[in-house]
Amino acid sequence: MINFVTEIFANYPWLMVLIKVLGVFAVIMPMVAYSVMAERRISALIQDRIGPNRVGIPFTRVKLLGLGQPLADGLKSFLKEDFTPAYVKRVFFWMAPAVAMIPSFVVFAVIPFGSFLGAQKMVIADLNVGILFTFGIVSLGVYGIVLAGYASNSKYPFLGGIRSSAQMISYEIAMGMAVVPVFMLAADSAWQSNLTGTWKNYLDGVGLLNLSSVIAYQSDSLFSWMIFKQPIAFCIFLVAIFAETNRLPFDMPESETELVAGYNTEYSSMRFALFFMGEYAAMIAGSALMVVLFCGGWTLPLGDFFSTPAETLIQGIIHIIVFIIKIAVFLALMIWVRWMLPRFRYDQLMNIGWKRFLPVSLGNIILTAIVLWVTA
Amino acid sequence: METILFNIFALLAVLSALLVVVNPLSRNPVTSAMFLVTTMISISGLFVLLNAYFLAAVQILVYAGAVMVLFLFVIMLLDVEETARRKLRLVSLTMGFLSVAALFGVYKSSLEATYVKDVDSSQDIATADEIDGFWSEYYAAATSVGESESLVTVGSTQALGKELFSSVNGFILPFEIVSILLLVAMIGVILLSKKDTK
Repeated sequence: MINFVTEIFANYPWLMVLIKVLGVFAVIMPMVAYSVMAERRISALIQDRIGPNRVGIPFTRVKLLGLGQPLADGLKSFLKEDFTPAYVKRVFFWMAPAVAMIPSFVVFAVIPFGSFLGAQKMVIADLNVGILFTFGIVSLGVYGIVLAGYASNSKYPFLGGIRSSAQMISYEIAMGMAVVPVFMLAADSAWQSNLTGTWKNYLDGVGLLNLSSVIAYQSDSLFSWMIFKQPIAFCIFLVAIFAETNRLPFDMPESETELVAGYNTEYSSMRFALFFMGEYAAMIAGSALMVVLFCGGWTLPLGDFFSTPAETLIQGIIHIIVFIIKIAVFLALMIWVRWMLPRFRYDQLMNIGWKRFLPVSLGNIILTAIVLWVTA
Repeated sequence: METILFNIFALLAVLSALLVVVNPLSRNPVTSAMFLVTTMISISGLFVLLNAYFLAAVQILVYAGAVMVLFLFVIMLLDVEETARRKLRLVSLTMGFLSVAALFGVYKSSLEATYVKDVDSSQDIATADEIDGFWSEYYAAATSVGESESLVTVGSTQALGKELFSSVNGFILPFEIVSILLLVAMIGVILLSKKDTK
């Protein structure tokens, strides 16, 4: 029986990829649902309210702290009327929610979310140009919002679309520049040739721009985490992620107080829910990127069990859980910031992107280069 | 498998490139821009099939992600309405066909020039049977590079960087010249957009 199964996997390598894709999807979707839930509960805590705590298991009196709420929310969006206003540009109007949601999920293809389960490396596509792929896909996310704004054929969504296209371009550049020093440190090939044991196996055949080699670099101790080695890069990247995911204090495209609901004003029912899910999936993807690039990925500096690639099944599962917990911490931070800070003005937002972050990140690259040159 | 993927991406690239300029259903500039985005993405798919992962990623990042977003931004900001159907003029039509023909001529002769030289230098690959004309030599030269291993290293980011920045046999001079050209263009744009500069 077992022979038969291994034979199938040997003959059809894409089967394993398919299983990984389904597995990642099965973890991300509940995470999206429960980060919406977390958003509502944390905002309630901050504003001294209680928040949704009623819905538990359907048809019983079990409340479970309101953990059934996402189910109820999902059901509600499916059952609401899907209204298409007259005068919208139909094809783009239908396309936009899907275009907004797909890129945030595709990003997970290159993120190493664990070490090994059995002989399988826990990443869907171990690309050599991992980080470039991520930025490429993230930069496509803006189309959903721009198209939604254009297709709605009404003033507020249109303004939202225009704002987001300008905003995302200016922050992508700062974001890309911010991670260059991280790879300048991690792509130093000296330490890669010194790797031993399971690490050697884990990094077999990957290039220097690969995301798992950044994790390997950070696995030594707490202070080899990039957040301590590259604090400036981390700050810029964090803020850029806020801007890329359209979260407060950079939620110009939505900006309820000025633009009704921004680009998604004309959307209702499940299509609105798709935008909503896309936003939260993008938050999770951004958090995952921050964890991988700056906070050691699935490793913890607590001895070999946590900081070397897994040899047993239990160890592998624990590494994945560590990764998810780290993501959850960043998600909580993003939600917390949303309810604490007011929104920037639009010109301030552009000024910060172009006149502050871009020069600082360029300076950071030069600084890192000088330090590497002197210490080499 | 690779042939199927190549056909899909090539067909997509050509079809959507055609739909950018001659779309029978819509004269909407935003539709054209979106088809240009699909062209860019299919071209990056072709780069992946050539093992040029770096170029593929940069193609999406720069063209699909930044340049086309700016195009859309400008189209939306200037509120370009659907353009009227213009009459085709004989002069522009002939000029267009002539320039495309000239481009193909340059392309074909450059292919021939590169691979005929390679075939001359190594004798054993002349045994590759006559597929027809220079294509047989093209395939022979491509397989003589060695198996997939060396192709992967040729497409890698490191190899590209070494090729671009090494001063011996590298492209450092053309690279710097292009950088200066871009800088000049940038300064020019700033000067043009600031009309009141004295």
